[in-house]
Amino acid sequence: MTRMRRWLPGLLLVAPSIAAIAVFVYGMLGWNFRLAMTDQHDEVSEGKFVGLENFTGIWDQPRWSISVNHAIVFTVVFVGGALLLGWLLAFLMEKGLRGEGTFRAIYLFPMAISFVATGVVWRWLMNSGTGERAVGLNRLFDVVGLEFLQWRWFRDQDWGMAAMAIPAIWQMSGYVMALFLAGFRGVPEELREAARVDGCTEWKVYRHIVLPMLRPVTLSALIILGHISLKAFDLIVAVSGKQIITDVPAVFMWVAVFDSHDPAKGATIAAYIVIAVSVFVIPYLVWSLRKERRS
Amino acid sequence: MTAVADAREERAPSRDRGERAVRRARWARGVRLVVLTVFVVVFLTPVYVLLVTSFKPLTEADPSRAWALPEIWTFQPWRVAWEKLAPGIWNSVLLAVPGSLISAALGSMNGYVLSKWRFPGADVVFTLFLFGMFIPYQGVMIPLVQLLSGLNELTGLDGVFYGGIPGLVLAHVVYGIPICTLIFRNYYVTIPGEVIEAARVDGAGMLRTYRSVVLPVSGPAFAVVIIWQFTALWNDFLFAVFLTGPRSWPTTVMLNNIAGAQTVPYSQQMAAALLASIPTMVVYVLLGRFFMRGLMAGALKG
Repeated sequence: MTRMRRWLPGLLLVAPSIAAIAVFVYGMLGWNFRLAMTDQHDEVSEGKFVGLENFTGIWDQPRWSISVNHAIVFTVVFVGGALLLGWLLAFLMEKGLRGEGTFRAIYLFPMAISFVATGVVWRWLMNSGTGERAVGLNRLFDVVGLEFLQWRWFRDQDWGMAAMAIPAIWQMSGYVMALFLAGFRGVPEELREAARVDGCTEWKVYRHIVLPMLRPVTLSALIILGHISLKAFDLIVAVSGKQIITDVPAVFMWVAVFDSHDPAKGATIAAYIVIAVSVFVIPYLVWSLRKERRS
Repeated sequence: MTAVADAREERAPSRDRGERAVRRARWARGVRLVVLTVFVVVFLTPVYVLLVTSFKPLTEADPSRAWALPEIWTFQPWRVAWEKLAPGIWNSVLLAVPGSLISAALGSMNGYVLSKWRFPGADVVFTLFLFGMFIPYQGVMIPLVQLLSGLNELTGLDGVFYGGIPGLVLAHVVYGIPICTLIFRNYYVTIPGEVIEAARVDGAGMLRTYRSVVLPVSGPAFAVVIIWQFTALWNDFLFAVFLTGPRSWPTTVMLNNIAGAQTVPYSQQMAAALLASIPTMVVYVLLGRFFMRGLMAGALKG
């Protein structure tokens, strides 16, 4: 009883938040899955339970397969690109240099701006016009004599989504740099020194001491970039709107809800996005909490 | 005698090697600096385009002058953009200021309890909170729309919950609980348990301890959370596009409408994009340190 008097006030203080998370996160995720299993394909119908019919049926729609393919290309290019560039920047800055703060601030500032605002300028930069009508980067290529680099950017049939990943890389690689820089700096200098005394070359020190210690940071970065990528929406809408040429599940869902007025279809797409994110976020959360408890 | 000679012989090549190492290190530093500077130029290119284009009069809209500085600098695009964007900016202020303050208050209380006034099962609650940080909001959007429009009907307040700023604030506050709680919890963990225990022994209850011991040292955590939430709310597009209507559109939605219209010249679009970014850029420049800490907390350092 006295013990309970000790912790009860705490529980009461957090209770509103617990209730809010229970309803708005878990309740609504459940509600969404429930809706995805009905035939409520317009806003007035009753919504009969149809099981997994929507989940299997959606694969027959060409637009869905296209958007899934796009999401995969976008994710691979974006996650790979941001990880590599962020790592490179951190690697180059790791040993310290004059004006480091300024460099860091410049690489990181895109994080503070909305994708919608940066979408405006990237749509201009990646304008698909070539030759006389070229603006943006195509015009720049023309000016410096690299015309052969001109292409249709995000309007390219096959690799448009790779172009779409460029602004995302620009926006997020500073963040990855900051993560890696913290990782690099977390490697104790004595450890490196000890390896050097033992006759290791710089490369070997990096390969066998630093790199293994960067693994947790790399995993964090991978998870963060991955889940941002799978729900990518703002940037794509800002750069190209709802065109099929750059469709991804998140945009398709928006179209399903507001243009097709099909709640069940929207809920199905949303459920797929949730599943895709959960598959790697849940193991990650379990892993990092276990690690925290151990230390 | 021979030993000294040997030592001398050995030292000579090693000094040579030392010099070579110094030279190589200087070279490496130079190369690093050059590569980093190239990336600075790349990163700032979009800013150059935004600024330069936003000051160009319509007569200089020709593609051939795309990368050139304006011959005549004009504020006209900025003036038009401001007229078009102003209602959205006002909506964003009404959204981001109360939203970030409420989020910080909630996060502080949650973080305090989950680190210093724990109840049985607190770890489970915290874990369940954390998952809320990673969920794609698409997964809750349709039920959220249905719930908020239900609340409109229930209360008879048309355009408040669904289609209004209060509903949008509610959504951001609720889905902001996980990250705000995490930041405060990780911050409060560093307060020594003895301090809390001492207050307890003195007979201070939970709220007294919070007010007199915890709150006075919470400044930095509040700064981090308020900045984080302000930036997130100001830049949000997804919730806004699903939950608001023409009268309550925040900056991002209005900007997207301006930019999406084929008839709006680039100069106005870019001026509008800059206008929309000024508040968060100012925060970033002045308080970047706290912004960084929020980012790192988002990485779940634990």
